[in-house]
Amino acid sequence: MTLADVCAVACAEVFRGDGEILASPMGLLPSLGARLARATFAPDLLLSDGEATLLSVDGEAEGWLPYRAVFDVVAHGRRHVVMGANQLDRYGNQNISCIGPHSRPVRQLLGFRGAPGNTVNHRTSYWVPRHSPRVFVPAVDVVSGVGFDRPGGPFHDVHRVVTNLGVLDFGGPDRTMRLVSVHPGVSVSDVAERTGFPLCVGEVRTTRTPAPAELRLLDSFDPAGAREREVPS
Amino acid sequence: MTVDEVVAELSDGMTIGIGGWGSRRKPMAAVRAIVRSGLRDLTVVSYGGPDVGLLCAAGKVREVVFGFVSLDSIAYDPYFRRARESGSVAVREYDEGMLQCGLRAAAHRLPFLPIRAGLGSDVLVLDPSLRTVRSPYGDGGPGEEVVAMPPLRLDVALVHLNRADRHGNAQYLGPDPYFDDLFCLAATRRYVTCESIVDTAALAALGPPQSLLLNRMMVDGVVETPGGAHFTSCVPDYGRDEPFQRTYAAGEWDSFADRYLSGDEAAYQAAVRS
Repeated sequence: MTLADVCAVACAEVFRGDGEILASPMGLLPSLGARLARATFAPDLLLSDGEATLLSVDGEAEGWLPYRAVFDVVAHGRRHVVMGANQLDRYGNQNISCIGPHSRPVRQLLGFRGAPGNTVNHRTSYWVPRHSPRVFVPAVDVVSGVGFDRPGGPFHDVHRVVTNLGVLDFGGPDRTMRLVSVHPGVSVSDVAERTGFPLCVGEVRTTRTPAPAELRLLDSFDPAGAREREVPS
Repeated sequence: MTVDEVVAELSDGMTIGIGGWGSRRKPMAAVRAIVRSGLRDLTVVSYGGPDVGLLCAAGKVREVVFGFVSLDSIAYDPYFRRARESGSVAVREYDEGMLQCGLRAAAHRLPFLPIRAGLGSDVLVLDPSLRTVRSPYGDGGPGEEVVAMPPLRLDVALVHLNRADRHGNAQYLGPDPYFDDLFCLAATRRYVTCESIVDTAALAALGPPQSLLLNRMMVDGVVETPGGAHFTSCVPDYGRDEPFQRTYAAGEWDSFADRYLSGDEAAYQAAVRS
C-alpha cells in the first residue's frame, strides 16, 4: 500500500452515496477513485472514457456523451465533478484561470473552463496532489469555482477537498474548510504548516487505508503505476 | 475553393469563430492560411487549442473570447500563454457553457439567453458588461437570478469535418460533433474544410443521417484539405500527432514558423512528412 493508493481511496470516498449520476473526475487520481468507487460501493455511477462515450463497469459502451450533452448534464445537475485547483481559499473559491492580475497575468493557466457553471449547478470536489501554501491561499487571484462566501444559488454544493496529505470538508465556521482526516504518517501540524490560511481542525481521523480487494482493483486500473508518479510516497 | 481563397474573403478586425475543441478537429489548414495572410486585429472565439496559440504567435489577434485554451495532452498552449503574459492580446473569458449559450443566442437571433453559470464567480467581475435577470415566474417571491448571456455573433465560422459534398453538406465521423453546427449558425459567413469532398450519395453510405452535422444552408464554402486538422486529432481519419504537438509546444516560434509555416499548405504537409 502506498500514499497514492490511500489518495485514490480518498478520491473514491467523495462519491459515496451519490447514486446514479455522472462522475466527472479530472486527472489521474480522481479517475482511479471514481472507477474504484463504481467497482465497489457506488455501482450506479456513470463514467465516460474521457471522450464522448459512457462506458459500463465492464468497459462496454453504454451511452453517448459529447460535450454538448455534458453541458446539459451540468445544468440538469446529476453530476459530481472533481476538479483540480491552482489556488483554493478557505471558503472553497477555486482558481484555474491565471495567477496575478487578470488584465496581464504573471502566469496564464487553463482558463475558467467549466468551473463557474459546475460549482453553481451540482456537487463539486477538488483534488490537490501537492498540498502547499501556494495552493491553499488566503485569497485566490481569480474566482473560477465559487466558494461559500459568494452567492452560489440553490444548487451550490462544494463537498470535499482531497490532497496528498488529507481530506477536508466545509464544516468550519461560515462553511470554511475544515480538516477531517490525515493520511497515515501525516500529522495535523504537517497540514497546518502547508496551508496558507489558519486551518480549522475538526475531529481528525486517519484516512482509511485500502482493502486488499481495492488494491487489486487499483493495480488492474493502473498496472504501470502512473499514480505513484503523481503522488510519490 | 482553397483555404487561401477563404482567407481572401476575410478582413481585418473581423470576429472569427473556430470550431473543434482543444486540440481536436481544429480547422488548422484555414488557421495556417490566416497566419500566412496579412490579416490583423482579429477577434477569435474558440474552445481554444493550438488554433488560438498559432494566431496569437503570428500577431493576428486583438482579442480572444474563450473558456479555456489547452492542447489536451499538454495542459497549456505556450503561445497563448506568452500573449497573455506579455499583454499583447485582450480577452473576454467565460465559462465554457456561457460560450455555448452566447453562440446559441446569436444562432437564435435572441438578445440574450439565461444561464446559471457565472453567478458568484469572477466572470461577472471581469466582464462588467454582463447583466443578470430575475425570473418573471417567481413563486410568490423574487424569481431566481440568472445571467443574461448576450449573443456571440460571428462574422465568420471556420470548421473542419471529416467529409463534405461540394454543396456544403458535411459529416463528422468521430465521436463528438463539438459545437461546429452552432458556430455555423452564429456566423454570417461559414466555411467548412474537410478531409475529402465526396458525392452527396457517398455521405449516406459513410455514416448514419445524424452524422451529417451541417447542411448546405449552414455553409457558404467548402475546401478539401487532407490533413487539414493536423496536428490536432481528426478521428477516425487520424489521431493527434503527439510528437509534432510536442515540437509546437516547445515554444520555439521562430524555428517552428521557419520550418513549417514559411510556405503554403502543401509545403506544410510536405514538411510534416519529411
